[in-house]
Amino acid sequence: MLEELFPNVIMENLWTATYETLYMTVISVIGTFILGIILGLLLYLTDRGNLWSNRVINGITATVVNVFRAIPFIILILLLIPFTDFLMDTIRGPKAALPALIIGSAPFYARLVEIALKEVDKGVIEAAKSMGAKTHTIIFKVLLQESKPALVGGLTVTAIALIGYTAIAGVIGAGGLGDLAYMHGFQRRNNDVVFACTVFIVAIVFIFQWAGDFVSKRIDKR
Amino acid sequence: MISIKKLSKHFQMKDQTVHAVDDVSLEIEKGEIFGVIGYSGAGKSTFVRLLNRLEEPTSGEITLDQQSLTQLGKNDLRKKRQKIGMIFQHFNLLWSRTVYENIAFPLEIAGLDKQSSKEKVDELIELVGLKGRENSYPSQLSGGQKQRVGIARALANDPEVLLCDEATSALDPETTDDILDLLVSINKKLKLTIILITHEMHVIQKICHRVAVMEQGKVVEVGDVLEVFINPKEKTTKRFVQQLSPLEHDPERLKDFITEDESKEVVKLHFVGGTARRSLISEVAKQFDVYVNILQGSISQTQEGSYGTLFVELDGERKVIEASMNYIRNSGVEVEVVTNA
Ligand SMILES: Nc1ncnc2c1ncn2[C@@H]1O[C@H](COP(=O)(O)OP(=O)(O)O)[C@@H](O)[C@H]1O
Ligand SMILES: [Mg+2]
Repeated sequence: MLEELFPNVIMENLWTATYETLYMTVISVIGTFILGIILGLLLYLTDRGNLWSNRVINGITATVVNVFRAIPFIILILLLIPFTDFLMDTIRGPKAALPALIIGSAPFYARLVEIALKEVDKGVIEAAKSMGAKTHTIIFKVLLQESKPALVGGLTVTAIALIGYTAIAGVIGAGGLGDLAYMHGFQRRNNDVVFACTVFIVAIVFIFQWAGDFVSKRIDKR
Repeated sequence: MISIKKLSKHFQMKDQTVHAVDDVSLEIEKGEIFGVIGYSGAGKSTFVRLLNRLEEPTSGEITLDQQSLTQLGKNDLRKKRQKIGMIFQHFNLLWSRTVYENIAFPLEIAGLDKQSSKEKVDELIELVGLKGRENSYPSQLSGGQKQRVGIARALANDPEVLLCDEATSALDPETTDDILDLLVSINKKLKLTIILITHEMHVIQKICHRVAVMEQGKVVEVGDVLEVFINPKEKTTKRFVQQLSPLEHDPERLKDFITEDESKEVVKLHFVGGTARRSLISEVAKQFDVYVNILQGSISQTQEGSYGTLFVELDGERKVIEASMNYIRNSGVEVEVVTNA
């Protein structure tokens, strides 16, 4: 039955591609999370009236974030080829996609982090100061803790965008479901392969969305 | 204990300078509850935030127990802040933490070990009456309970002073009274100095020993609460005092009670604090063969005794009336016979 409907689908290839997509997504979500939190904190803390209020650093960070957010992902991949080659020693395969994936989505997540941090009640930060808290205590025990549900929510949105990016990266040879759909599906007129890849990608997106919502709800004590 | 000298805070705006706190000098004694009252924008919050340097003074000097706060470096200031508790109008609890974890937060900041921290938190939870709610999140608490957590948190590092910025302004009247009672009991039990900011006179009346009235960044009047109540000097102070006795005494309504009848006498009792007991009226009715008919008036309880005016009709034999008036007089209440003019 399945073989009749999907004559050109080789299950082994499909699983390998799924694994590659998951690999790219998970690693780049981790990288995006770290880089995004750092950039988001920097944006927030150097903003006017905040802990490290500094116009110059804030301006530079905001500009970098905005520029990288403005570059379409497909162009970013091309621009980053020399950098990727230098960093990963290759420009093909799932690993080679990571720098572009992280650099492409971290600025986006950074803005979401900034928004999440801005939502933290100023009064609570003030209360922590009045207790004699150090800056790192305020960052790690107040700001990041109090904004956790929003940080997770933002990460879910980012992760789903990243799954889309992995498919685009697939088209220029990063591997994964996008690669499979394009090379074996579209190029060879195998519509069943395209369709199977689509189903798998949608399933992955749903799982990420569900997991994100679940975690976000669990940690939201407001 | 706290000595404030020529303290000022100016905010430089684009087209003007706001003198939020303007040349304020005050001495606050150890163990007293010191109130600061003023209308919105008077500079109360700025003043109280200067005391733990959440706001840096433009000029002036603050000393706490002979130690200059204004001279402290960043690190010393942080240590010192652990000894200056603060509670807020909107509680400012961490919603991601339970009651227990919120109260433990200042102890984490102070670097206390887990075991000592647990003992301290349990003790504080007992003190503020939140036993059984340790694992609740702030969102599951009422306003009054949230402020109890705020108070416990502020007391965690055994502070020398407690600063309260409109601590009851977000609470309903009944809860306000509970929180004020808690503050008084803490003040007594721990001999804690409390500085309390409010725009409500009944808060001052209920728990403060001394009060400062602020207006446009300046302290315009300061003194014992009772003295300020009985004899307010400034216009603003008078307006605040009037908040408490909105019932203007209406002599017209007394007229009907004032008769030639020897066995009935209308008297005005003036409570001015001191020794007058709350139960005075019932004592008179019990000890003397008179009926005491309360006509009008209002009495406020302050930390220094009762204050206010009461019009009563005494009904009984002439001699007994005289005796009871003497008894009231000896209790420290001024007595004045009211006659028709
Ligand atoms: N950070 C600030 N920047 C500029 N002006 C301020 C700031 N904080 C307070 N002010 C001004 O100082 C005055 C006193 O404010 P505040 O201390 O909050 O008064 P209160 O607590 O008595 O209502 C107000 O005119 C207010 O607008
Ligand atoms: Mg205020």
